[in-house]
Amino acid sequence: MNDFLLVLVVITALGFDFTNGFHDTGNAMATSIATGALSPRVAVGLSGVLNLVGAFLSLAVAATIASGLVDTNLVTLTVVAAGLAGGITWNLLTWLFGIPSSSSHALIGGVIGSTIAAAGGHAVQWHDLVAKVVIPAGLSPVIAALVAATGTWLLYRISRSLTEGARTHGFRIGQIGSASMVSLAHGTNDAQKTMGVITLALIVNKNVSATSNAPFWVILSCALAISIGTYLGGWRVIRTLGKGLVEIESPQGMAAESASAAVILLSSSFGYSLSTTHVATGSIIGTGLGKKGAEVRWNVAGRMATAWVFTLPSAGLVGAGAEALAHVIGGTAGVVVDLILLVAVAATVYLRSRATKVDHNNVNDDWTGSLAPAEPAAAA
Amino acid sequence: MSWINLTAIWKIVVFGLLAGAGLPAIFALGLLALSKGGRTQAAGADSADSDVVVGGNPAGIAAAAFCFLVVLAAIAWGIYEVYKIGHPAAK
Repeated sequence: MNDFLLVLVVITALGFDFTNGFHDTGNAMATSIATGALSPRVAVGLSGVLNLVGAFLSLAVAATIASGLVDTNLVTLTVVAAGLAGGITWNLLTWLFGIPSSSSHALIGGVIGSTIAAAGGHAVQWHDLVAKVVIPAGLSPVIAALVAATGTWLLYRISRSLTEGARTHGFRIGQIGSASMVSLAHGTNDAQKTMGVITLALIVNKNVSATSNAPFWVILSCALAISIGTYLGGWRVIRTLGKGLVEIESPQGMAAESASAAVILLSSSFGYSLSTTHVATGSIIGTGLGKKGAEVRWNVAGRMATAWVFTLPSAGLVGAGAEALAHVIGGTAGVVVDLILLVAVAATVYLRSRATKVDHNNVNDDWTGSLAPAEPAAAA
Repeated sequence: MSWINLTAIWKIVVFGLLAGAGLPAIFALGLLALSKGGRTQAAGADSADSDVVVGGNPAGIAAAAFCFLVVLAAIAWGIYEVYKIGHPAAK
């Protein structure tokens, strides 16, 4: 047992949870912000609160992460810390480029990479990894797109006798409800992943038994971290999802959000740790397919899909590298060096992001083919 | 355990369609019912710009209220089910 190391791991895990929050605000709120159903600041505030509530809703996914993916007897605290470093690094880089990649895959990839580096491939429960992570990752966007396309078609069909103005107005109100459900679902699904990792660290450090549920303080701190991250708002990702992929009207927004919320909540109940990002993106593409004449920017979608494929291995490589480095230095000092490097990476990414700033002022500017709007926000 | 849990996928697709597409469709029916009553049409040439949602027909409003209640009840039930499944100890 090493309680100092445990504290470091818990802090790093909460740091990951925080990046998870601001990376994924867009999953819930991008479409509402894009259609004007909610102002950007109200949207992130509401989403933050509902993420907090959602985190308390279910523990099924946390169990999958804690004891379902790697052999807890072969994992050490150093391995968990290195894995988290991999996940956080990938999250920050994709955020910098405004790519809505999966925070879940970043986390899982990082932990698996560091586990392989430390103990070899046999420490990974490959079957569960494929059955509970990889296959759901491939299927979930397709299912979400199907549901969203069906919903979009139904909504336009039913509301076709309404005036344009009444329809926009009515569905904007509906969007507030559906976006709230996505935020709740996000808290339920994603906060649990960090709960799972902290529980894994507690199991490894022998603070709790291998079959334990997440203790209450873990649930509470994860809920708070993801909710604060969400509130700060990942404006860069919000912009890509809300403006870059499909030009969205309010009925499409409501259809996309309802589809995301339903698929995420159902899957969480089955303990599938699927990516809310993949689901939200699938839904948004689905609403583009379900409406006649809507344009899906496949080049943006293609760029995202590429990032998705690279997420598990890239985060895994960083996780493995961090583990190797910590191993060479040895002991607690190795982990400390890893974390100092991680903070340096975070600071660099933050400084780089200032150069092409996206915030609540310019998040909805017209899409001109690139992330940062042509006009700098200084005028606003 | 098999690679693909077909039962789970089947359930996610069916319940996903019911909740994710069916509930917003009921909401849309509510909006449609709410707009009955002619106030929106009465705006004449400007009607395309009108964003008035409530038409003023009492039967329409009642039908709309019913639709919205169905949606809210379904959401509440769904959240309760997720909570129940997600806390096995609380059974």
